[in-house]
Amino acid sequence: MNLNELTIKEAHQKLISGEISSRALTESCLAQIKKEDKNIHACLAICEEEALAAADKADARLKMGETGDLLGIPYLCKDIIMTKGLKTTAGSKILENYVAPYDATVIKKLNEAGAILLGKTNLDEFAHGASTENSAYGPTHNPLDLERVPGGSSGGSAAAVAAKMCLFSLGSDTGGSIRQPASFCGVVGLKPSYGRVSRFGLLSMTSSTDVIGPFTKSAYDAALVLKTIAGVDALDATTVPEVVEHYDKIMTGDNMENNQSTKPLAGIKIGWPEEYFLPELDFNVLARLQEAAATLEAAGAIIKKISLPYTKYAVPVYYIITPSEISSNLARFDGIGWGLAKDEAVNLQDFYKQTRGAGFGPEVKRRVMLGTYVLSAGYYDAYYKRAQAVRTLILEDFNKAFAEVDLILTPTSPHPAFKIGQQANDPLAMYLEDVFVTGASLAGLPAISMPAGLVSTEDGNNMPIGAQLIAPRLQEASLLRAAKILEKN
Amino acid sequence: MSISREEIEHIAELARLKLSDEEIKKFSPQLDSILEYVGHLQEVKVNEVAETATVSGLVDVWRTDEVKEWDREEVLNALRQGELEAGQVKVKKVL
Repeated sequence: MNLNELTIKEAHQKLISGEISSRALTESCLAQIKKEDKNIHACLAICEEEALAAADKADARLKMGETGDLLGIPYLCKDIIMTKGLKTTAGSKILENYVAPYDATVIKKLNEAGAILLGKTNLDEFAHGASTENSAYGPTHNPLDLERVPGGSSGGSAAAVAAKMCLFSLGSDTGGSIRQPASFCGVVGLKPSYGRVSRFGLLSMTSSTDVIGPFTKSAYDAALVLKTIAGVDALDATTVPEVVEHYDKIMTGDNMENNQSTKPLAGIKIGWPEEYFLPELDFNVLARLQEAAATLEAAGAIIKKISLPYTKYAVPVYYIITPSEISSNLARFDGIGWGLAKDEAVNLQDFYKQTRGAGFGPEVKRRVMLGTYVLSAGYYDAYYKRAQAVRTLILEDFNKAFAEVDLILTPTSPHPAFKIGQQANDPLAMYLEDVFVTGASLAGLPAISMPAGLVSTEDGNNMPIGAQLIAPRLQEASLLRAAKILEKN
Repeated sequence: MSISREEIEHIAELARLKLSDEEIKKFSPQLDSILEYVGHLQEVKVNEVAETATVSGLVDVWRTDEVKEWDREEVLNALRQGELEAGQVKVKKVL
């Protein structure tokens, strides 16, 4: 087995026992990137020199007896999170030459923990999309079938973990952008509760739902990364003060690993919402989810049918609130102070229009237009205000459900990865990709996508599909405990 | 419902976006179909339902309004991303 294929847990054991060095581990990942990324295009930038220097520093810390969980562990980061001294493009031409002057809080925390930043990953421009085809720097290919998309918007980060280019990666999830690509690429993708992880240094898209989270090869690894990046931050007023739990210890304690004869999920009630399993759901996807439910039952969980009646309104609400917040958040890209500037205009208004017209790609323009429209005089009440009221009803749906059950089980996506170009001219079809993932985002709930097996595609290939678990706010520990049961092998 | 060309041009003006003729032609039916889809919300009864703008559960997060030193090098690197004149960020003529 090559070192880059290890989980964080396995690599950590080998690092602290001195069996391997962080340098060797880092070199192994860099070699894999060089070998595979010309076909996959998961990465937008690699910082080899800095990574090797950081690895040597981690090796020195290991020699001194330090044993941190992420010390010496290499990772990649979605290119919408600020990394000091490195370009942060957000997948957009408007930021083609933008060098972040500071590190995001999550990067700072990972640096302190001794994790090794290898580079930045591809994404839909400004995280607007569900396929990574909207990147101004070309699409990322799914490592399991290069003709297919990796999902999005954090498609580069998902593909990088699937292709074993790093031990984990960071993504951001606004309405499914971690969970859906995790489903398409067959990896673990965790969206923490809204406010659990600082977003200082994350380029804002939809401030009321944006969250940073990890892609990993196992639920346990996701717990290790979450524990490191979570917590209150004075630089992000939306972070919550609740204590960060030792998710990894909670997962492995209480007979989770040591005593196989007990039922680790005994008494845990898991909801099966009928609105996520409508008759038109692909029967292969349904079969994988039934198997997931059976696995959870075998571990002692009780599966209970529930109803989330406002589910069908989650995507419409999301595609009003999101473009609205985007049109406001992206107003800062005015060509002054940083980023692209189209200098031929004489008049200030024309300068703004030309800069933004040239710097933004089609989907960004579409969303800015849509947001401006629904917020404009005469439409605000009919669209934005109404969407915020229906958001309340969606929230109440989840509150009622969690009075009856501890967790909710759903498919992550209605189908496996589609072909590159297949939905490129139909923005509405692309929005409907988010049908199972926007609910948890609008309600700020923690949710995880776990690989649930393979389903056959129209051309007879087998591609992965994810099972999504959703938990009440800040219940990441119980979410991860159940997620671990869904791991194959 | 369908958005007219004039409306598209007006929204682009409000959004400070220069759109080509081709873009206007392309966006028009796309925005129509998206608006028709999100229009399904009109069928939901929302009388007396409070609006949700945030889900953090936090209320009024205050801090003291005080000037704090920021790393000098980071400040300079931030400023250097744009056009400078005599150490000041240069903006366009407004009047």
